[in-house]
Amino acid sequence: MKNNPPLSPFSKGGLSYGHESRDTGTKMSLIEIRSLSKTYESGEECVLALVEVDLNIEKGDFISVMGPSGSGKSTLLTILGGLNHPTQGDVIVDEIPIYQLPLEKLADFRREYLGFIFQSFQLIPYLTVIENVMLPLSITEKSNREQMKMAGEILEKMGLKGKERRLPDQLSGGEQERVAIARALVNSPPILLADEPTGNLDSKTGKEMMELFKSLNKEGQTIVMVTHNPENVAFSSRTIYLRDGKIV
Amino acid sequence: MRLRDISISNLRRRKSKVFFLILGLTIGITTVFTLISVTRMMNEDISNKLDEFGANILIIPRSDDLSLSYGGMNFGGVAVDTQALKESDVPKIRQIEVRENISTVSPKLIGVVEIEGKKVPLMGVHFQEEIRLKKWWKIHGGAPRSREEILLGNEIAVRLFKSTGESLSINGRSLRISGVLEETGSQDDFLIFGDLKLVQDLIKRPGALSLIEVSAFCNTCPIEDIVAQISKVLPHAKVTAIKQTIQTKMEALDHFKKFSFGISTIVLLIGGLIVFTNMMASVNERRREIGIFRAIGFRKSHIIRIIFLEALIIGMMAGVVGYLLGLGTSHLIGPMITGTKTGKLLIDPILAIGVVSLSAVIGILSSAYPAIHASKMDPTTALRLL
Repeated sequence: MKNNPPLSPFSKGGLSYGHESRDTGTKMSLIEIRSLSKTYESGEECVLALVEVDLNIEKGDFISVMGPSGSGKSTLLTILGGLNHPTQGDVIVDEIPIYQLPLEKLADFRREYLGFIFQSFQLIPYLTVIENVMLPLSITEKSNREQMKMAGEILEKMGLKGKERRLPDQLSGGEQERVAIARALVNSPPILLADEPTGNLDSKTGKEMMELFKSLNKEGQTIVMVTHNPENVAFSSRTIYLRDGKIV
Repeated sequence: MRLRDISISNLRRRKSKVFFLILGLTIGITTVFTLISVTRMMNEDISNKLDEFGANILIIPRSDDLSLSYGGMNFGGVAVDTQALKESDVPKIRQIEVRENISTVSPKLIGVVEIEGKKVPLMGVHFQEEIRLKKWWKIHGGAPRSREEILLGNEIAVRLFKSTGESLSINGRSLRISGVLEETGSQDDFLIFGDLKLVQDLIKRPGALSLIEVSAFCNTCPIEDIVAQISKVLPHAKVTAIKQTIQTKMEALDHFKKFSFGISTIVLLIGGLIVFTNMMASVNERRREIGIFRAIGFRKSHIIRIIFLEALIIGMMAGVVGYLLGLGTSHLIGPMITGTKTGKLLIDPILAIGVVSLSAVIGILSSAYPAIHASKMDPTTALRLL
């Protein structure tokens, strides 16, 4: 794993993003969230999930997002992940105002910039371990040989060598989590988004996972993690508390 | 790994559902192929029967005062006709646009000669064509092999007290009787048949023809088209279709074709509906999975391609199985429907490709809405299910 995962050059209509912060070497925010609000409409009722949130996340940060249920943690994560259009405000990642991108470009952005780790791992049950890890590469121009090499390397790093041909249900919870992390990291995305990554693990395995996150962060990986578990907070460099959609 | 690997793996996972999906579409394709095959068999059967029926187009000189009567043996008008048919007209018939529908062309010259004080009708023919046309002929002896041989109708042989191997003198030429026809119950019983050139010499009308009989089959075009095209190349002739021999069968075939088309459409619609409902259910079951795909950067078009690839694989498998089953089914039930003794395997690569392609197209068309629906699924809604 590289010490500083490179930012992917990403272009929108011929206009390239993501170069300046690398070229100048100045420490700029990797993610800028400005006046972010999200309202869900349910019939005639409006639910305020996020209210005027401002947040800067720098390259190499390991952010924990905490808060009670319904505080807007998951909404914040899905908005950061380019999956959930905000009602108001901007999300700028590596100088790309991501919600101004056309939908298909937004999908490309997710592929190049983000690695998702979902609660309950969310591996595809009918794909083998290595196929699950190769999933983000399957829509790239990379050859099968390249994909296998990249997936093999990351699986080895995750301690899963020899288990490449197994199906997810033949693995333990901890191993499944490692596969999910491998899938999220296989194409070296600048940002790792994790939603309750230890939620389905026993405390020992959960701790091992957090150690793994910590070591990834030490190598320069930017991580944004939503968690309920206060023990996980100790591993992160910064913690954000959300209550009623606001940072407190 | 490519998108096709995801499609194939998903199909492998859902083996029983895929089996029933293929089965549903296979039934449709088998039905369609069987109906096409049986229709073709019926067509072929009619073509074969046409040969047995003999000629179905008659070409005679265009003349107002012509009183030719083939069955009634009155040929008076032919001799005085000013627009007589010529031997050079025969190749023109073979050059019409739908010439592949022409089976046999049999030119004839009819005259009357006096033999032993009796007026006897004499017909000049090309024996090879005539025997092809009149498959019901049974000859005691053999057909003439040279211009110096003749064939006698049963009744004329009795009247002239002649039999096979004897000689008969016509207009001073001694001709050998190569054979005598068994009774046909037609005008042929009263005729003496000789080679066309011989008869032209005997009645001194070189190159002349009285009529031309044509046997044509009409699988791909109506007989009226053949008649019209012959009329165009022979403007001096009157071309008439003897339609009654095949009309009933062609009408029956036409009805069967319409029936087959109706059944095929219904069965394929049902097949398509099975694919549609299954794919729709599959897409809804895979909401979570589609959410993950979208979250890790799959475009809408990638999702559509995964679904379409699955539909294409299912469609092609159903097409191949349907084709093979249809081949067997038509081989078994074809003879029962057409009335022929044995059904033959209709191996036509174009039809095979057509059937498999049809199945694939139905699979894809039926999956179009589920695929678009899947691509439009909101990833956040799917992820809330995580």
